[in-house]
Amino acid sequence: MQEDPRSDSQSVPEEILQKWEARGVSRRDFIKFCTATTAALALPMTFMPRVAQALEDNRPPVIWLEFQGCTGDSEAFLRSNQPTAADIILDVLSIDYHETIMAAAGHLAEEAKAKTIKDYKGKYIAIVEGSIPTDGAYCSIGGRSALDIAREVCGNAAATIAVGNCAAFGGLPKAAPNPTGALSVQEAVPGATVLNLPGCPLNATNLTATVVHFLTFGTLPATDRLGRPLFAYGKRIHDNCERRAHFDAGQYAEGFGDAGHRQGYCLYKLGCKGPETFHNCPTVRYNEGVSWPVMAGHGCIGCSEPGFWDNKSPFYRRLPNVPGFGVETTVDQLGLGLAAATAAAFGVHAVASAFRKGDAMEEDKVKREE
Amino acid sequence: MLEIHYVWQWPLRICHWVNALCVVVLSVTGYYIGDPFAIVTTPTPYVMGTVRFVHFLFGYVLLISLLVRILWMFIGNSYASWRAFLPWLTPGGRRGFIKMLRYYTFTGKQITYEVGHNPVAATAYIGIFALFLIQILSGFALYGQYAPGGLWDSAVGWLLPLVGNQELRLVHHVVMWLLAGFIINHVYSSWLMDIKERNGTISGIFSGYKYIEPRDIDT
Ligand code: HEM
Ligand code: SF4
Repeated sequence: MQEDPRSDSQSVPEEILQKWEARGVSRRDFIKFCTATTAALALPMTFMPRVAQALEDNRPPVIWLEFQGCTGDSEAFLRSNQPTAADIILDVLSIDYHETIMAAAGHLAEEAKAKTIKDYKGKYIAIVEGSIPTDGAYCSIGGRSALDIAREVCGNAAATIAVGNCAAFGGLPKAAPNPTGALSVQEAVPGATVLNLPGCPLNATNLTATVVHFLTFGTLPATDRLGRPLFAYGKRIHDNCERRAHFDAGQYAEGFGDAGHRQGYCLYKLGCKGPETFHNCPTVRYNEGVSWPVMAGHGCIGCSEPGFWDNKSPFYRRLPNVPGFGVETTVDQLGLGLAAATAAAFGVHAVASAFRKGDAMEEDKVKREE
Repeated sequence: MLEIHYVWQWPLRICHWVNALCVVVLSVTGYYIGDPFAIVTTPTPYVMGTVRFVHFLFGYVLLISLLVRILWMFIGNSYASWRAFLPWLTPGGRRGFIKMLRYYTFTGKQITYEVGHNPVAATAYIGIFALFLIQILSGFALYGQYAPGGLWDSAVGWLLPLVGNQELRLVHHVVMWLLAGFIINHVYSSWLMDIKERNGTISGIFSGYKYIEPRDIDT
């Protein structure tokens, strides 16, 4: 059965569309946004009107905290090159506290935050960017330690969304030797309801979709073992990659700019971590679907996985270094050395054994034919 | 008088050679997966796909062989029993272990004359079972990643966040080399014992029969 392509737009109530038009968002853009978000959530298109309705109904307050991070996630979210997506979501949310974008400063800013926590206890959304140091000497804001702030804000929120690898898993600050004693949000506030949206930076589309899911259903989306929503992290990069056919064929780029690289061969031998990374980059891509690392010719570095600075590096080699050995020694050199040493040792043993004289056994008293 | 003993029953022998084949095939295919040294330029190739398929196929074969062997530890003869792998449980076994170790290190002259495994070999086989177990657990955990929530992911996927998926790959790769070391050791030692025990150690794993002089057995 052929569906009328206009049926979706027709099922969004006319007043909603008119309201958005009054705010400067054309009905086309609004429908496009709702459709894209419904698709990102892997929901059937019949949910689209519900999504549109949810964007209308409530305007939950948001406290956006930033700790040990680079503001890359805020940047990714605010600078999406298709302004309507950000406009819509910023219209729908009431961002009461965000250090980078709020007008207030100092005590005024802190007061706004305290008011939201008090007035909307258990109802607001906390979004956290950056890791949380346990050493209070680092990253204190308004005279309070990051740990203290996170416990108060996340502990009283309806839900906490940890954006970016630092907030979700500790990221760069938590990489060895972790000088600040950094923790992820989940580790720092064990009691809170935390959803992880790792990535370096996170993909703004996934944050938007998560927020819309929360608005539409009142719950956070289903997650994997690492607290990441399945709609965005339920499939491995390697299994959706456009270079996968070259992987299966046995065609690999061996250096940047070599013949294979120019032909779009698989980046496995250049250290691509797609086989160990779960993220929807190949389908959603970054910057409104323009590109993503592997498409641009660089292997995946596993930025949505825990501890990627430690265990996905060296980024240009397939496997991590063997602990205790220098960075120049690969596991295969070590293994070959081990096998050769074993063979040599037993070779020597064999020569020695050939010359040794054993004790006589009963078995030796047999008739020999010489 | 030499006696002919039926020591290694046929299911055990089949398991032994299936394991040997699996280790060879899995190491060759596994090495290629880890380092695809040949770049294929023929039209419509599917080399990595085929190699991975063979690797996974033999991964299943190894799993089944190991399960059969474990079952046989409980229903097979005494040489195949799980007790044969724990010589440490009896005083005789402990004595034999020391004696054998001294023989290997040129500090003692006598071998322990055994019908089944000698105590040092038996201890080494605990190691090899452990390595197989690690390869199977890590292998199927890595394998399960293509289908989160699927059979293998549900069964062993919990290892991925516990150990780290990249660490698991490293372990899986390192154990290949440990297995190579074991095989060198194993082939050499059985050859050495074939010469020293003169009871058909090597032919025994083909035929099942060993040739035993009962008076040589001291424990
Ligand atoms: C004797 C036992 C085995 C050996 C020596 C072996 C060896 C290897 C090696 C060297 C690699 C490459 C690792 C890397 O560099 O990333 C590998 C990969 C792999 N092995 Fe094994 N393996 C064994 C058993 C198994 C078993 C029982 C399974 C279970 C299905 C398995 C599944 C895998 C998988 C899924 C990969 C990764 C392949 C990919 O994602 O492309 N292996 N193996
Ligand atoms: S480029 Fe990376 S993710 Fe893509 S097929 Fe190759 S190894 Fe897999």
